[in-house]
Amino acid sequence: MATMADFRYDKATWCPGCGDFSVLAALQQVCVRMGLEPEDVCCVSGIGCSGKISQHFGSYGFHSLHGRSLPTAQGIKMANQDLTVIAAGGDGDGYGIGVGHFVHACRRNVDITYIVMDNHIYGLTTGQSSPTSKKGFKTKTSPQGVAEEPIKPLELAIVSGASFVAQAFSGDLKQLQRLIEEGMKHKGFSLINVFSPCVTFNRVNTYEWFKENIVNFDEEEGYDPTNKAMALQRIAETDSVCTGILYQEQRPAFHEVVLGATEQGTVKVPLEIPNDEMQALIDQFRRA
Amino acid sequence: MTNEFTWKVGGAQGEGIDSTGEILATVLTRMGYYIFAYRHFMSLVKGGHTNYKIRASTTDHVYYHGDDLDMLVAFDQLSIQENEDELIEGGIILHDAKFQAQTKREGLRVCSVPLLDMAKELGNPIIKNMVAAGASAYVLDIDPSNFYEQIEQQFGKKGQELVDLNKTAFNKGYDYIKENYPDVRRPAPQATRPSKGYLLMNGNEAIGLGAVLNGCRILAAYPITPATEILYWVLANLPKYGGKVLQAEDEIAACIMAIGANYAGVRSMTSTSGPGLSLMMEALGMAGISETPLVIVDVMRGGPSTGLPTKTEQSDVNGALFGSHGETPRVVIVPTSIPDCFYQIGRAFNLAEEYQLPVIVCSDLLIGMNKMGFQDLDLSTVDIARKNIVTQEQLDALEKGAFKRYSLDTESGVSSRSIPGMKNGRYCALTNEHEETGLEIEDVPMRKAQMEKRFRKLDVLEKNINDWGFEYKGAETPDVLIVGMGSTQAQIEEATRQMDGLSWGHLQFRCLAPFPKDTQKYFQAAKKVYVIDNNYTGQLTGLIAREIGFHDKLTPVLKYDGNPFTIRDIVTAVKG
Ligand SMILES: Cc1ncc(C[n+]2csc(CCOP(=O)(O)OP(=O)(O)O)c2C)c(N)n1
Ligand code: SF4
Repeated sequence: MATMADFRYDKATWCPGCGDFSVLAALQQVCVRMGLEPEDVCCVSGIGCSGKISQHFGSYGFHSLHGRSLPTAQGIKMANQDLTVIAAGGDGDGYGIGVGHFVHACRRNVDITYIVMDNHIYGLTTGQSSPTSKKGFKTKTSPQGVAEEPIKPLELAIVSGASFVAQAFSGDLKQLQRLIEEGMKHKGFSLINVFSPCVTFNRVNTYEWFKENIVNFDEEEGYDPTNKAMALQRIAETDSVCTGILYQEQRPAFHEVVLGATEQGTVKVPLEIPNDEMQALIDQFRRA
Repeated sequence: MTNEFTWKVGGAQGEGIDSTGEILATVLTRMGYYIFAYRHFMSLVKGGHTNYKIRASTTDHVYYHGDDLDMLVAFDQLSIQENEDELIEGGIILHDAKFQAQTKREGLRVCSVPLLDMAKELGNPIIKNMVAAGASAYVLDIDPSNFYEQIEQQFGKKGQELVDLNKTAFNKGYDYIKENYPDVRRPAPQATRPSKGYLLMNGNEAIGLGAVLNGCRILAAYPITPATEILYWVLANLPKYGGKVLQAEDEIAACIMAIGANYAGVRSMTSTSGPGLSLMMEALGMAGISETPLVIVDVMRGGPSTGLPTKTEQSDVNGALFGSHGETPRVVIVPTSIPDCFYQIGRAFNLAEEYQLPVIVCSDLLIGMNKMGFQDLDLSTVDIARKNIVTQEQLDALEKGAFKRYSLDTESGVSSRSIPGMKNGRYCALTNEHEETGLEIEDVPMRKAQMEKRFRKLDVLEKNINDWGFEYKGAETPDVLIVGMGSTQAQIEEATRQMDGLSWGHLQFRCLAPFPKDTQKYFQAAKKVYVIDNNYTGQLTGLIAREIGFHDKLTPVLKYDGNPFTIRDIVTAVKG
């Protein structure tokens, strides 16, 4: 049985107090709790402070390109569905440059857990506005305040076909852990958007701000995460400042329905094709 | 030439031009002709002008559709206008009687045949393709039984009625011309090789087939002419071998999915054309620095931008060679023919895996979408050599966590990789610079050492490239050297047959990166070098000058109108 130590790798380099520490810790604890072995887990990230997570996490990993964690992760999952694949990154990474991939990963329902450390700002590039920055938010690139409406990742995921959509907060480690675990157990694409404050560049969306404003649906009586209309309505009512499992549906995962679906990972399929079958493939072109 | 003939059918897109051409191409291949079939088409679904040309030989493989034309079947006037210049003296135009044919050429034999009317009489206008085939068969003096056999094979499963209908249509065309133009004939020379079993295939199919046989189990791609057929073929054939095919949301995703899948241990590739290759440039660097195998197939078309999507060119070469940010070692292969597409894709997978780098295979529309008949493929070349992957035993023998994925202790520059799932093989593949275990670094000596390690692979590869990276024919020390890359092989070779009295050499590049430096000696000897470059800026010429010099000897021969080089283009350039 793997321990916490097995899922640790190198010292994390985030600013003290950064919300991303909790995400890493929660992920490590969940993997231990689920009895996973480090070699069977693969953590793929994009670029940004949040993207460093794949280096600090003790499983196999791919620290890919800005916005490209999802295609990388999907390639890995296509190759080996027996791996537990986690994709992770920031809001700029996932909802800015990578938003196209995000929508399509939802549609495909690839069995990946996608954790977005949403700090409403670009951290690594030192404080520009992000697609989730609220309208009017002042940053280095929005001196008069952001002019655009923010992206709404929860709604976007739900309408795009994600089968598990949750939101957590780095300031509530217990719930964060539970949601990551539920997401990892869920078969299909799960989005866990985590409010993960950037203590260096975002002076508005702080731990205190989230604590004051968050509505926790897990504690809300009568909230039914299988009811899509209810989910969309309640998320809108809180202006997306809510946590919990917001939406969940059971649907076959991509690797189960893809043409050529195999019981085991593609990586275990033999590569050699018997000679007579090679001949048969060639014979398709024979004009006899 | 007496051992050859050429035939073409032209009309509006959507008029069944391809199916008409396919019928004849198939019958001729069955009969024992070597053929090359060329599709000329436009980026429209209906309208415009399209044609299908077949060049058939009784003696040799044909790798190119030929400069001239013996017989043209015209479904409309535009077909005559667009193609009459290609007809030889005394060439034949067989046109649909639905229009009054006009030609500016003299000395052609023009026959009017009510192709559409006869088809309509039979209750199906589409069947005019069989009427045209029948009429063509009479002119070419091909025994109708060959067509009957083909019709039965093609339609037999769909019922006798359809077989009969097609036979009737064929006979109508045959009899009409026999009665009305009995003397208009261009008898096809007798095919002499054993008639059965020949393959008819285009380069895209050859790539798809080669990929599947050589262990590719995942293809992620985004549709684009002229590469889409690769996706189709693999989609139809790979799933039964446990492989997966994914139509990605764009080329960025496609390429990165292929990298992810390769990282996870599955031989994977992506296929595209120009604009798609541009989108993959960021990913190319990702494969390079993370040292993940990657195969990209780029079927080149006319550029820049969406340029000439249905025309051929060799203008993505600079992109393949130099594209992406930073510096990434890579292999660039340019297959020289349709069968060569099969062999080179197999090589690409082995090289990508052995050297853990991107291999870009640049074919082009000429060989990608056009078909050739040939004897067979050599299955003994299929050799799935999986190299430089650590074994579980090796990992078990290491101390816990001691695996160095990017170990500098390697002469070849290649460090063995582990595959996710292997115990004690943990590493994080990184697009940032990293030290030996994969941790991000910025320190100077390590950065230098890792760069040097990655580029050392090319030193080893360079030694291996001279065996297959080019082909040479001609005088040992030629006066005139004609140089080409990839698909121009066929036309240059035919052009050299008209170089009597010249001391000539023909050098055809198959590998552009690393550059096969053994070719130097031919340049050294030659007084004059003509570089046949199917692009505007002379990309091959530039590469040669950059790699080995000889600036003063190089004369680029350029073509960038969307068409492949003709033999005449080359002969004229060389002989003046
Ligand atoms: C193609 C490309 N464009 C831009 C960048 C620069 N870049 C690196 S991280 C980043 C933004 C990161 O923001 P976010 O995803 O919100 O992550 P955070 O640092 O806040 O965790 C940008 C723009 C890049 N690496 N690649
Ligand atoms: S800049 Fe912000 S997001 Fe980045 S490590 Fe520091 S606190 Fe975290």
